[in-house]
Amino acid sequence: MSVLEIKNLHVNVDNHEILKGIDLKVNLGEVHSIMGPNGSGKSTLAQVLARRETFTVSAGEVSYHGRDLLAMKPEEAAGEGIFMAFQYPVEIPGISNAYFLRSALNAIHRYRRLDEIDAMDFLPMFREKLKLLDMDERLMNRSVNEGFSGGEKKRNEILQMAVLEPKLAILDETDSGLDIDALRIVAQGVNAMRNSELAIIVVTHYQRLLNYIVPDLVHVLVDGRIVRSGGPELALELEARGYGWMEAGARHATPA
Amino acid sequence: MSTNMNTIQDLADREYKWGFVTQVEEERVSKGLNEDIIRVISAKKNEPGFMLQWRLKAYHHWASLEKAQAEPKWANVKYGPIDYQDIVYYSAPKQKPGLTSLEDLDPEILRTYEKLGIPLQEQKHLAGVAVDAVFDSVSVATTFKEKLAELGIVFCSFSEAAQKHPNLVKKYLGSVVPYTDNFFAALNAAVFTDGSFVYVPKGVRCPMELSTYFRINAANTGQFERTLIVADEGAYVSYLEGCTAPIRDENQLHAAVVELIALDNAQIKYSTVQNWYPGDKEGKGGIYNFVTKRGKCLGVNSKVSWTQVETGSAITWKYPSCILQGENSVGEFYSVALTNNRQQADTGTKMIHIGKNTRSTIVAKGISAGHGQNTYRGQVKIMKGATGARNYTQCDSLLIGDKCGAHTFPYIEVRNSSARMEHEASTSKIGEDQLFYLRQRGLKAEDAVSMIVNGFCKRVFRELPMEFAVEAQKLLGVSLEGSVG
Repeated sequence: MSVLEIKNLHVNVDNHEILKGIDLKVNLGEVHSIMGPNGSGKSTLAQVLARRETFTVSAGEVSYHGRDLLAMKPEEAAGEGIFMAFQYPVEIPGISNAYFLRSALNAIHRYRRLDEIDAMDFLPMFREKLKLLDMDERLMNRSVNEGFSGGEKKRNEILQMAVLEPKLAILDETDSGLDIDALRIVAQGVNAMRNSELAIIVVTHYQRLLNYIVPDLVHVLVDGRIVRSGGPELALELEARGYGWMEAGARHATPA
Repeated sequence: MSTNMNTIQDLADREYKWGFVTQVEEERVSKGLNEDIIRVISAKKNEPGFMLQWRLKAYHHWASLEKAQAEPKWANVKYGPIDYQDIVYYSAPKQKPGLTSLEDLDPEILRTYEKLGIPLQEQKHLAGVAVDAVFDSVSVATTFKEKLAELGIVFCSFSEAAQKHPNLVKKYLGSVVPYTDNFFAALNAAVFTDGSFVYVPKGVRCPMELSTYFRINAANTGQFERTLIVADEGAYVSYLEGCTAPIRDENQLHAAVVELIALDNAQIKYSTVQNWYPGDKEGKGGIYNFVTKRGKCLGVNSKVSWTQVETGSAITWKYPSCILQGENSVGEFYSVALTNNRQQADTGTKMIHIGKNTRSTIVAKGISAGHGQNTYRGQVKIMKGATGARNYTQCDSLLIGDKCGAHTFPYIEVRNSSARMEHEASTSKIGEDQLFYLRQRGLKAEDAVSMIVNGFCKRVFRELPMEFAVEAQKLLGVSLEGSVG
C-alpha cells in the first residue's frame, strides 16, 4: 500500500521555480533515497513534505495515506505521523531536551486523541531510546540542541524520531557533519527502527550513508526533476561517476 | 508572512480578560491637586499629624518640580502631557462604618476578587498566602492577619499602620525613597492613599507568602499606593504583588512607591506580576505605570531580591533598586518585561554598592512584539568604600516580528579598583525556522511561541514562588497572542 504519492509537484520560492514536476510513490516499509547535487531541490522537497509554509506549491498533488498532505499544517502532518530530521536543527534555550520531547510526544498524542504520558512513564521509555543512539543521559537535561556538537545535534534528531515513532520519516542530509563513528551509530539507530509500518526517505548528497542504511530505491534529483530511479547500485554509480553525466541529460530525461 | 504566522495572528483578538468594571458606590474627592485635597485625604485616613506634615512638604516639593517642568523626560518612552489637575486623587468604595469582617464588605467587591482569582475568604485561599486587597485608593481586606500577629508579624494596610504603629512608620517612611527622590515619588508622597505595611520582628521567618493585590476600578482616578516592608535582624519575608485594571480609553496614572528595609542578616524577597491594562492594539488607553521601588540592605549580610514580570501597562517606568550599605549584603534583580502592540517599557535597576564585599546580580529579559518598545536601563555603581564588590549583569532581548524595538542602556560606575564586574548581553529573534521546527514536532504555533518565550525567561521564572511562576507563564502566553505577524 502506498504511504506517499506525489504527482507533478511544482514548488516556488520567491517566484523562482525549484521543483519542476516531481512524481514519486513510496510504499509502506520502503526506504527511498533522494540524491542529487547541491541546489537540485532535495531539501525543498523534504521541507514541502514536512509542510514548511515558506514554499509555494504552484501545481501538483501529494497524498499521504490517501489524504491531501498539502492541506495540512506542519503540526497536523506531525500528528499524522510525518517526521523530518532537520539538516540544521534549531536551538531552544531554557527548554530541556527531555521536556521538549515529552511535550512533542504529548502534542501528537492529543492530536490522535490518545492519553498523555506523564513524566514517570516517559522516563523508562526514553532511557531505552537513549541507549539505542548511545547518547549520554546528561544531554537530556540540557537545553534543546544548545551547545551540542554537530554530531550530537544529528543524533538528537534520530532520538526524537525514535521517541515519536513516525509512519513516514524524512531524513534531510542527516549524514552531513557526522564523523564516521557517529554516522554508524545514527545509521544503526535508523536501521533498528525499520519495519513494515515505517517508510523512510533519506535525502543525501553522498553515497556513504547508504552503505549503512541500504535503500530499496534511489532517485536522482537534478534541477528540480527526478532524472533517474534505480536500485542501490545507482548510488554506487553516482559515487563513481559524479552527477555531471546526469545533469547533461537532465533536460530530456523522463521520470522513472 | 506565511500562515505559520497567521495562526498566531488569529488569536490576537482575544480581549484583556481582567478588563471588567465593578459597580460600587464610590466616595471620591473632586478632581485636582492642592493643599486642601491633601488635608482631606489625611483626614479621611485619620492620620497622625506627622503624616500630614510630611505630605504637605512633599506636595510643595512636587509643586515646585511641576512648575519647573521637572517631570523626568530621559526615559525612552513617548506620551502626551499629563494634566495633574484632571485626576481624582482619592476614590474608595463606600463602606459601612466600622467594617470589621469580610461579611461587612460589599459583595460586589468580594466577587471582583473572586473573578480575578484572588478569593479573600481565608478558607478558600491558596494555603500559605496572605493577601492585602487594595481597591482603588483603599485597602478593603487583609487576610490571615491574626495568625501572623501571633508571631509578631504586622501585615496590614498602610492606613492602619499609620494609626497603630506610628513609631515604625515614622522611623522608616521615606528613609529609602525620600519625597525629594524624583517627580513621581514626590507626587506619591503627597497623595498616596493606601498600600501595604509589613514588619517582621527579629529572628522571625514569615511562614507564608504575603501579597498585595492592587485593583484600579474607578474611572478618571489615579492609584498612588505606598508599600513599606521592614525585616528586622535575622528576619525573612517573601512578598508578592499583583495588579489589574478595567479596559478604558483614557490613560490612567499609577504612581507607586515601594520601600524595603533589611536589617542585619535579614532577607526580603519581593516578587511582582504586573498586568495593568496595556491599552488596545492601536495604543489607546492603558495604565501609565510610573513606579519607584527601592530596597536598602542596611544591615550586614542582608539581602534584597527583586523579581518582576511586567506584561501590562501602556507605559512602564520602573527601576527596582538596591542600596547595598551593610557589609556582605546582596542585591538581586530578576526581570521579564514584555511589550506587545503599542506598549512601551523603560525598566531596569540600580545597584549601589556602598559596603565592603557587597554583591549584586542582574538578570533582565526583555521581549518585544508587535510595535512594542522595550528598554533596559541599568546602573551599577561601586562607591569608594565598597572594597571587594562584585556585580554580574546579564541582559537579553528577544524580538518577535520586525516592527518592535529593543534598547539597552547599561551604566557602570566604578570608584574602587578591587571591584569585579561582569556584563553579558544578547539579542535574538524568534524565527520562522524555530517555529517550523517545533511545529514539525507536533506543537501548535501558539504553543511553540510560548515554549520559546518561556525558555527565554526560565532564569527569571525560577526565582518566582511556585504558584506565581505558573501564573506568570500563562500570562506571558496570553499577552503574546497575536504578536507574530
